[in-house]
Amino acid sequence: MNVLDLVRAFFGDGAHWHGYDGIPARLAEHVTYSLAALLLAAVIGLPVGLVTGHYGRGGNALALIATAGRALPSFGLLVLMVLWTGLGLVPVMIPLVVLAVPPILVTTYEAVRTLDPSPVDAARGMGMSEARVLFRVEVPVALPLILSGLRTAAVQIISTATIAAYVGLGGLGRYIIDGLYQRDYEKVVGGAALVASLALSTLALFWAAFRLTVSRGVRARA
Amino acid sequence: MIRIDAVTKRYDDGTVAVDRLSLDIPDRAITVLVGPSGCGKTTTLRMINRMVEPTEGGIFLDGADIRRQPVDSLRRSMGYVIQNAGLFQHRTILDNIATVPRLLGWSKQRARGRAAELMERVGLDAALARRYPYQLSGGQQQRVGVARALAADPPVLLMDEPFSAVDPMVRKGLQDELLRIQAELGKTIVFVTHDIDEAVKLGTMVAVLREGGRLAQFAPPVELLSAPADAFVEDFLGADRGIRRLSFFPSAGLPLETAPLVPLDADAERLAAGADAPYLLVTDADGRPLGWAEPGRPLERDRLLDHGRPFRPGTDSLRSALDGAVLSPTGWAVAVDGEGRALGVVSQRVIGDAIRAAHGRAGADAGAVR
Ligand SMILES: Nc1ncnc2c1ncn2[C@@H]1O[C@H](COP(=O)(O)OP(=O)(O)OP(=O)(O)O)[C@@H](O)[C@H]1O
Ligand SMILES: [Mg+2]
Repeated sequence: MNVLDLVRAFFGDGAHWHGYDGIPARLAEHVTYSLAALLLAAVIGLPVGLVTGHYGRGGNALALIATAGRALPSFGLLVLMVLWTGLGLVPVMIPLVVLAVPPILVTTYEAVRTLDPSPVDAARGMGMSEARVLFRVEVPVALPLILSGLRTAAVQIISTATIAAYVGLGGLGRYIIDGLYQRDYEKVVGGAALVASLALSTLALFWAAFRLTVSRGVRARA
Repeated sequence: MIRIDAVTKRYDDGTVAVDRLSLDIPDRAITVLVGPSGCGKTTTLRMINRMVEPTEGGIFLDGADIRRQPVDSLRRSMGYVIQNAGLFQHRTILDNIATVPRLLGWSKQRARGRAAELMERVGLDAALARRYPYQLSGGQQQRVGVARALAADPPVLLMDEPFSAVDPMVRKGLQDELLRIQAELGKTIVFVTHDIDEAVKLGTMVAVLREGGRLAQFAPPVELLSAPADAFVEDFLGADRGIRRLSFFPSAGLPLETAPLVPLDADAERLAAGADAPYLLVTDADGRPLGWAEPGRPLERDRLLDHGRPFRPGTDSLRSALDGAVLSPTGWAVAVDGEGRALGVVSQRVIGDAIRAAHGRAGADAGAVR
């Protein structure tokens, strides 16, 4: 049996399509965790990245945080969190958010900091407030990079959210972990295929968001 | 009037960018700040719209301290144009120009209508309205920058080296355009440049700054060229300031000789009439100059000497006349009317006399002013 046969067998089995362990339910769980983690990471990463980028300060501190965040092993952090806080959603969310904040924060900071200074100077010179300068002049031009940071974070979250299964939570990781445990490779491969296609769908979504939100005047140069 | 009163700017790192500078910037005229790199031109300009705050001294707009006014409303009453135009990449040309009216709360429609008007005023094709900045040449972008600064019809325009990033031909076009717009709108313009030719061409008044942000001289361009205050100013003006000064003297009074003008189909009698002149200027049937011929020989169209660049006595300066004479192989300059028809010719010697006379008058005027 090759991988494709396994995938076909997994998706062809009607039993995999309903119930609490069915594909729709697991997919929904996975998407929920991922979205929640991405949202949390964005709520932390975007404002800090925007403000530090706008004022061009704090770059060194950010780089340090980013390196530290990237170096932390998600799984190790998960185990640590479980030991510390017990099973549940919190120990799962923390590693996911810690993983996602650096790409969002650092890309946003760089996106805003490296913008051409002349439009910003012109905007201030015509009497725009700092907030207006940031949101009306800087963000629209920095948007392609900011989106790419969010996209990187989203894909990392989706692939890492499989670890939720380790602490007894659902998500697509269930198939992989249970499959490995049960030596049911059909399940393992099916779960992996689902995670991969979810990641690909996310890329497509970000592409659509890019087309919709980025001005033509900026897109042509990006 | 904008009064800069004993202003000093010391940056946090101790750099003194401007040192006790006082300037009275006249209304409805172009005042140029010129000087070598780092002499504090940008700093001075940015203190006027409070992008930089003075360390000492004050700046007064029609007698009122600019610090009394909220900074945003002060800036919205002053157009601001910078070197690389600083257009907003994500907005169309029309919306770039409409920015300040929108900030002032105009409706989108009204702001865009106004923007379209301004595009015409600065010589931009209406077809560019829907384009984005990356689709424009540097010169066009700069025009958009000027239009954007003028959009809310501010009484004051601050321009920081607005034309220095474009090539010389485009720059000349932009300068002429600015002079034309200024003749129509009569703004109070403060214009920064490090190019003395640009300063002399555009300025009603020119302030020459030296390193350390000190004022070297503040005078109308012609006075600057004829009476530089010191060696620094003289040096900054360059070697050919005498020639450049001629730009300020009209060529209208030059005595033109018409005897050497002969049409290509002239008969023997007509040719004989011009026989005293060292050269004959041959014209076509409409009276346009074709070239020089030596008297006493039959006229042959393809053996004429090039007549150089003609000048127009009504509009061109003595500098153009002299240039025409120097470039002409005969040493005579050709004067033409608006349609390019020859009015007469004038020799280098006569132009030289006119220059000396003009210098005499300018000296007397300058003396009278003081
Ligand atoms: N933000 C700042 N902090 C410290 N020093 C500054 C700052 N801005 C300008 N300077 C210094 O002040 C001096 C005057 O600068 P300014 O930009 O006004 O010169 P400029 O005449 O406009 O020069 P250029 O022709 O090169 O544009 C320079 O020595 C410059 O290095
Ligand atoms: Mg400057």
